[in-house]
Amino acid sequence: MLSRTASNLFWMGRYLERADFTARLIEATQRLSALPSSYGGAGNAWESALAATWMTQAYGERGLSVDEHSVSEFLTLDPGNPSSIRSCLEVARANARTVRTALTEEGWEAINSAWLEIARYGTSLDGRETLGPLLDLVKHAISAFEGAAQRTMLRGDAFWFVNMGSAIERADNSARLLDVKYHLLLPRGESVGGSLDYFQWTTILRTVSAMTAYRWVYRDSVKPWLVADLLILNRQMPRSLASCYDEILRHLDLLAAHSGKRGAAHRLAAAGHARLTGCDIDAIFTRGLHEFLTQFITDNNKLGEAIAEQYLF
Amino acid sequence: MAAVTAFDEMYGVGDVYGRPQGSEGDVSAAYRSIQLWLDQSPPDLMAARRRQAELFFRRIGITFAVYGDPDAAERLIPFDIVPRILARSEWDGMEKGLKQRVTALNAFLADVYGPRDILRAGIVPEDLVLQNPGYCLQMAGRKPPGGVWTHIAGIDLVRTGPDEFYVLEDNARTPSGVSYMLENREVMLKLVPELFDKVKVAPVETYPEMLLETLASVSPRAGRGGGAPVCVLLTPGRHNSAFYEHSFLADKLGIELVEGSDLFVRDDIVFMRTTEGPERVDVIYRRLDDDFIDPLAFNPTSMLGVPGLMAAYSQGNVTLANAVGTGIADDKAIYSYMPEIVRFYTGEEPILKNVPTWRCREPEALGYVLDHLAELVVKEVDGSGGYGMLIGPHAPQATLAAFAAKLKAHPEKFIAQPTLALSTCPTATDAGIAARHVDLRPFVLTGRNGSHIVPGGLTRVAMTPGSLVVNSSQGGGTKDTWVIDDA
Repeated sequence: MLSRTASNLFWMGRYLERADFTARLIEATQRLSALPSSYGGAGNAWESALAATWMTQAYGERGLSVDEHSVSEFLTLDPGNPSSIRSCLEVARANARTVRTALTEEGWEAINSAWLEIARYGTSLDGRETLGPLLDLVKHAISAFEGAAQRTMLRGDAFWFVNMGSAIERADNSARLLDVKYHLLLPRGESVGGSLDYFQWTTILRTVSAMTAYRWVYRDSVKPWLVADLLILNRQMPRSLASCYDEILRHLDLLAAHSGKRGAAHRLAAAGHARLTGCDIDAIFTRGLHEFLTQFITDNNKLGEAIAEQYLF
Repeated sequence: MAAVTAFDEMYGVGDVYGRPQGSEGDVSAAYRSIQLWLDQSPPDLMAARRRQAELFFRRIGITFAVYGDPDAAERLIPFDIVPRILARSEWDGMEKGLKQRVTALNAFLADVYGPRDILRAGIVPEDLVLQNPGYCLQMAGRKPPGGVWTHIAGIDLVRTGPDEFYVLEDNARTPSGVSYMLENREVMLKLVPELFDKVKVAPVETYPEMLLETLASVSPRAGRGGGAPVCVLLTPGRHNSAFYEHSFLADKLGIELVEGSDLFVRDDIVFMRTTEGPERVDVIYRRLDDDFIDPLAFNPTSMLGVPGLMAAYSQGNVTLANAVGTGIADDKAIYSYMPEIVRFYTGEEPILKNVPTWRCREPEALGYVLDHLAELVVKEVDGSGGYGMLIGPHAPQATLAAFAAKLKAHPEKFIAQPTLALSTCPTATDAGIAARHVDLRPFVLTGRNGSHIVPGGLTRVAMTPGSLVVNSSQGGGTKDTWVIDDA
């Protein structure tokens, strides 16, 4: 495979994943901010949404107020925000178009349709009636692409690079989401385990569509360390860091088997994988969840760079 | 505008505009099933099908950029859902003519870059070839692998009567449009499957396979031994107007779609940059003009090409399809000699006719052209895509005067032809079915084992009433071309 093609596929996977994550994040934030204030439904839910996408500073520079409409518009349709859903789909589509030959017809059509549909919304958000269908559209479009890829793409390097891109992005998103909760959501003075805390942790689960999964796995009420366990260490949970690293490592192994070569990216991925396998949630909390997550995000970025280097992007 | 009298492929000769629909008795045999279908399709069903077709094209992303158009990258070429019909007997004659013509074109190219017999014999003036901007001096004395120069040729044909087909121009460089030929068929199969049940249409979907065989057959590795040749398609990139076609073809062929920066040359051997390191390339189907393929050999400012590619090519280590220098055969002044060229190399009478052509470089012809400018079509000898041409009968006085001045200043740059009334076909318009002018571009593939053509080609249609301009860059549309057995 051409190195340029691999790079485009990898980034296409990342951008699609990011669009999906942002859509889910907005939905969860809507839910959180809809809570009556007696449950702590304060306006800062939208601040945390910005923080989870690492857009607090960029948004602040706009001088816009932090409310549902402005933040949603910024995160969905704003062409000036490189991480807005619109921008993500635009870049993913441009990548896909450039490497059209590496995708199947159905895969390409799913991405192209997604872009055409989101483009119909223009660059400003009419209101809540628009937002709902728009977010549904994005989630469906990404599912349609993944389904098409799953059903039609050859199990070869193209498939692996796309999946590796989404796995790396997904790990990054999960880690940031947890970190935001840990750092931002909990106002000073609010006790861990209080009602606000409960809704906020629940919201995180909803963001990643894991509420039911949580019940199945833990058969327990929502507890912060169990949510963290689910999203960091639980291998059954597709968005957990451990799951993402299982996937990254598997795809790297498949690539290595195909080419007969292993490299620095393998070593980094294996080390990251081992770190997640060899610890439990108590140890992570003892060391500091924030510290753990920050380190993870840094290492995860390094892995992305190592992959690019190894495959000559 | 006055109605143009032209040969209508459905109803025969006559003033076809405004003709009532469903008039029976004089519809050509080949079109009978189409007439029945049209009669049975109420206007709203037709409109629904047209919308459906547009949706298909939009979703598959078939777009054609028009330079200078703000929505350039996303423009759809209008598609007409009424197929154009050719009877098998008509096609068979055309096919013979096309093979004969391309054989002659290849022989001509081999000759002008080789022994130059035709120049010595005085058939084609020497200066017309050797001083032509399309003549590539670096290719003189060279022989491309397999001896093939124009692997993919698009020959534009127009029809003016029941048995009158003329070649309008030869595209021997990098003809485009074949993706539309293939996608038009796919879309028609989805839109009107019931029609295909009744009318048995010769398939065109073998084209990609034929093209791949053609490319593989001219690999230099055939002489070197070794495994299956590695073929790639070289594109200028996704901003090029025909990028869709490039990616479509690479996809159908199952070969890499590469840009210049994906390739590099080491020791006169071409490699592509892959995730597993360099991989040797044998055949490049290039959709990049000569001027851009190698900044070391040609345009030094081009970022699109591959430095050193010409050296690798000259060493016989890689095949370029089409060969470098084939542009000389596209030249419209050379075109005017095609009947002589066909006779010279094949010893046969040309099967396909040439449109009578005045070469403005000849003083007598220039005089005639200047006197009759308002009746003629004037073209630049090395122009393409419908740019820079004059359509006398449709041009305002001021344009005519301006063109006359250009002609006098550089007569050698122009040729002139009578305005042929291109045949018309029924076409779906907002106002119902109406006749529109069409031409046809069949694609002729030539490899080590001779020439092959899929039945049909790309029919281009002028979407404005009376217009003779069918180029997609000028707003023309396309329709599916059906070769069906004679009734």
